Amino acid sequence: MALAKRIIPCLDCDKGRVVKGVKFLDIRDAGDPVEISKRYSDAGADEITFLDITASHEGRETTVHTVESIAGQVFIPLTVGGGIRTLEDIRTMLNAGADKVAINTAAVFNPEFVREAAARFGSQCIVLAMDAKKVSAQGESNRWEIFTHGGRKATGIDAIEWAKRMVAFGAGELLLTSMDRDGTKSGFDLELNRAISDSVSVPIIASGGVGSLQDLVDGVVEGHADAVLAASIFHFGEFTIEQAKQYMAEQGITMRL
Amino acid sequence: MNKVAVIDYGMGNLHSVAKALEHCGKNVSVTVSSDAKTILAADRVIFPGVGAIRDCMAEIRRLGIDEIVAEVIQTKPLLGICVGMQALMESSQENGGVDCLGLVKGQVKLFTNGQADGKPVLLESDGEALKVPHMGWNIVQQTQPHPLWAGIADGTRFYFVHSYYITLDPSETAAGMTHYGVDFAAALSKGNVFAVQFHPEKSQHGGLQLLSNFLAWNGES
Repeated sequence: MALAKRIIPCLDCDKGRVVKGVKFLDIRDAGDPVEISKRYSDAGADEITFLDITASHEGRETTVHTVESIAGQVFIPLTVGGGIRTLEDIRTMLNAGADKVAINTAAVFNPEFVREAAARFGSQCIVLAMDAKKVSAQGESNRWEIFTHGGRKATGIDAIEWAKRMVAFGAGELLLTSMDRDGTKSGFDLELNRAISDSVSVPIIASGGVGSLQDLVDGVVEGHADAVLAASIFHFGEFTIEQAKQYMAEQGITMRL
Repeated sequence: MNKVAVIDYGMGNLHSVAKALEHCGKNVSVTVSSDAKTILAADRVIFPGVGAIRDCMAEIRRLGIDEIVAEVIQTKPLLGICVGMQALMESSQENGGVDCLGLVKGQVKLFTNGQADGKPVLLESDGEALKVPHMGWNIVQQTQPHPLWAGIADGTRFYFVHSYYITLDPSETAAGMTHYGVDFAAALSKGNVFAVQFHPEKSQHGGLQLLSNFLAWNGES
């Protein structure tokens, strides 16, 4: 296997500033997404994901400028997600320099949007972001459902069926977040990851729950993920990207070192 | 001033490649254009492309880009990237079969080498099922010396994202090979043409070095 598994740091941004806290010891401005992206890229990040959580329209203008600045200085793939609802939103982000866009809620409300987006811009730039939560009771066979609104609203959609359907509609990659694990630092939901990864042909990015370097390894080895996404373990300087890649390589995973 | 034209036929993100070129050279002027005069006035030309090849070829023909590319490669260096590389070939299996420019002899094929449940699949030699698209950083083995490889270590990883790959006629020359279930030409060289399946503009140091080399290359090899 020559293709390397990927490590993707994720920046959550509000009005052009990184939120969720980024605490590098020697960084001038801990909230500047351009500076942080550059740092991660220099450290060997394989891609950058930028999630825009800005609510206001004016704020979104700022986001476009931020994406332009990152794309002008960081020469690795850049995915932009958050509030992507129309073909025009996608065009705006691609023109600003994003390589891929992540579609989440808009796909749940209108699955055809994914089909239209893939047909217009190509599957290679359409990432389907899905937030899944376990709904089976203990003792039952595993079942996960798609949730929206940060895991607060159930949709009744089975996660595996949803993944298959979105790939059939043209999604080129899946960004899979376990809402049970997000923010817990207890590791990815490996059963969920494996169930989805083994059901579809496209690459899977595992997200939600990373607390240690071993979690990243488990995501790939046990969860069959093609890429692992993490925010806080890198933002707070607990581990560097270099350490993570080195550790994964030592565990026998093919990495770009 | 080093004038570079990036051919624009309305498909995909040209901002990245323009930005990367500007980053690579001091006296570089990058123009994104579909205008024959502008493109032919440049010192060197980039032929990018993403998305479905049927749509790409339709726009290439509608805008007369096919004739422009054929003329460019007579006189100046051209770098094909991703679907831009595929478009140079004779035909592609994608979208039920599409005729391409035929400037390089060979075909564009879907990543598959086996069947499972009646569907085409891509299997590694150990039987592992591989994901398609081929997405991420993979090794490129340089199969011939070329000015565009200057300063790039053999075996450097570049960023790929594609579901189709090119197979060259034996009369043509691969400049680099990559393995993903099958061995395929990740780079080809033919006179003034150098073309790559990966995205140099997204491949950090190795990619930027390749673009810098292109900015200094005067064609042929």
